[in-house]
Amino acid sequence: MGLPRAPLRVWESNLAYYKHVWRSNLIGSFVQPMLYMLGMGVGVGALVDRGPGASTVLDGVDYFAFLAPALIATTAMTIVTQEALWPVMDGFMWSRRFEAMTATPVTPSEVALGTALWLGTRAFVCATGVAVVLLFFDDTRTWGLAVAVAAAVLTGMAFAMPIMAFSSSRESPDQSFAALQRFAIIPMFLFAGAFYPVEQLPGWLQPVAYVTPLWHGIELCRDAVLGRLELGPAALNVAALTAFTVVGYAFARRTFATRLGR
Amino acid sequence: MGSPRGEDQRDEPLVLAHGLTKRFGEFTAVDGIDVEVRRGEAFGFLGPNGAGKSSTMRMIGCTSPATSGTLRVLGADPRTQGRWIRARLGVVPQSDQLDADLTVEENLIIYGRYFDLSRAECKRRAAELIEFVQLTERARSMVEPLSGGMQRRLTIARSLINEPELLLLDEPTTGLDPQARHVVWDRLYRLKQQGVTLVLTTHYMDEAEQLCDRLVVMDKGRIVAEGSPRQLIEQHSTREVLELRFAAGTNEERAPSVEGIGDRIEVLRDRVLIYAADGEKALGMVHDRAVYPESALVRRSSLEDVFLRLTGRTLVD
Repeated sequence: MGLPRAPLRVWESNLAYYKHVWRSNLIGSFVQPMLYMLGMGVGVGALVDRGPGASTVLDGVDYFAFLAPALIATTAMTIVTQEALWPVMDGFMWSRRFEAMTATPVTPSEVALGTALWLGTRAFVCATGVAVVLLFFDDTRTWGLAVAVAAAVLTGMAFAMPIMAFSSSRESPDQSFAALQRFAIIPMFLFAGAFYPVEQLPGWLQPVAYVTPLWHGIELCRDAVLGRLELGPAALNVAALTAFTVVGYAFARRTFATRLGR
Repeated sequence: MGSPRGEDQRDEPLVLAHGLTKRFGEFTAVDGIDVEVRRGEAFGFLGPNGAGKSSTMRMIGCTSPATSGTLRVLGADPRTQGRWIRARLGVVPQSDQLDADLTVEENLIIYGRYFDLSRAECKRRAAELIEFVQLTERARSMVEPLSGGMQRRLTIARSLINEPELLLLDEPTTGLDPQARHVVWDRLYRLKQQGVTLVLTTHYMDEAEQLCDRLVVMDKGRIVAEGSPRQLIEQHSTREVLELRFAAGTNEERAPSVEGIGDRIEVLRDRVLIYAADGEKALGMVHDRAVYPESALVRRSSLEDVFLRLTGRTLVD
């Protein structure tokens, strides 16, 4: 008796929890991108769009239209990063619900897969939220938003899977979780091309931006919304994000299996 | 996968282990034990912390592979049929492993779903089980604020959602206050009467005596004795025990003064135990020697005494 539905049951248990918290959760995942959209997009945007290099630096795009699509990807990253840290640690350490799951027909690998599916779902929900907001603005009201949501889900997974591999391998959260936020997530948020083209960075820093998953995600989302998606670069972005996802998942799956089957 | 156990093999043991061993690196947690659990009985692993009880339970529960030896659970092989076996087991882990942020009812439904039961069936069984463990008023409340005893009862309810043939309980009442323990014992006793096979670990001798038809005493990964509580006491202890307490710190030096009384003497940090068929008579002999301890108590022998006899140590420090 194979049980292909087992990962979905694991997913379901996360959904049951989400049903209790989705209201405050959803508001939280809206507020941050909205603040950036208004504060930066409108405020800084006014400055940039009136500036001398406005027509060339952003390829003739309004600053708001440049920034807003990127926030679909960054939101997916920040939300899913949180979800892949503490709740995963909780499953092993505090509630130890992963152990409870594997006492049933569900296997450790299925717990990993179900958790991964859930993280993808979270990325989808918050990316969709931001996309819905963008529907209200003339600059960004386009079918490209749907493509951007898909790209943001993939971006979220490119973060969630390696982070899940990391958090599942830790015996305690110690300082590493905060360090990850401070030294990886926030710098990426600032330097991977969400707020300005990466070309503005010093030459030596640009290649660093290019290898971050966030840069690939932002490129996809922005190009999709601005209607300038090209097959070649897009394929490269998708391939990079897929690689982070697949490799991260492979490691996570292995840690789940060893840790839950000792 | 069909049933590996034919209907004509109902008498086959539910758990059968030979030379079962579990090592973690250099450390041997379970050191070649032989165990046989029969259908319908309540079987106990009695031993102190670190005796290898939980490791044994996890191997039987098919969540931890044996390092060596053979193990059959419900007639099947955990290495190849773990999923099939786990579908028929109920497991009460030592740390409840509940979802604290879900309600009592949700915890049961979610867990039932892992066994691929329909939502409607999960709901129906959850309602029944909540009643069985006396949590009806708390069905919709979150787990987090529940008392330890209530959480443990919920864990027991959860373990029954798949109507298991075999229930594994790892230290079912450790950490509970006396009243909560009795409520749990009462529920387990009912399950036993309904014919559910129970396998439990405990380091409480009263729990083992209350619940177990048969038990093994474990120490340092090995089985040091096996039998019913009564058999074990008869074999390894006297009918009664006289407990003498001398002034603090003097038990050791006063022990020679009662030497030769009863069958055997054990000197503990806080008291001296005299094993005798007739405790009152032994106390008379103590007084005849003009020895007057600060207190003297005659009681029946317990599994605690068996353990002390077999290992030279007490169960709970």
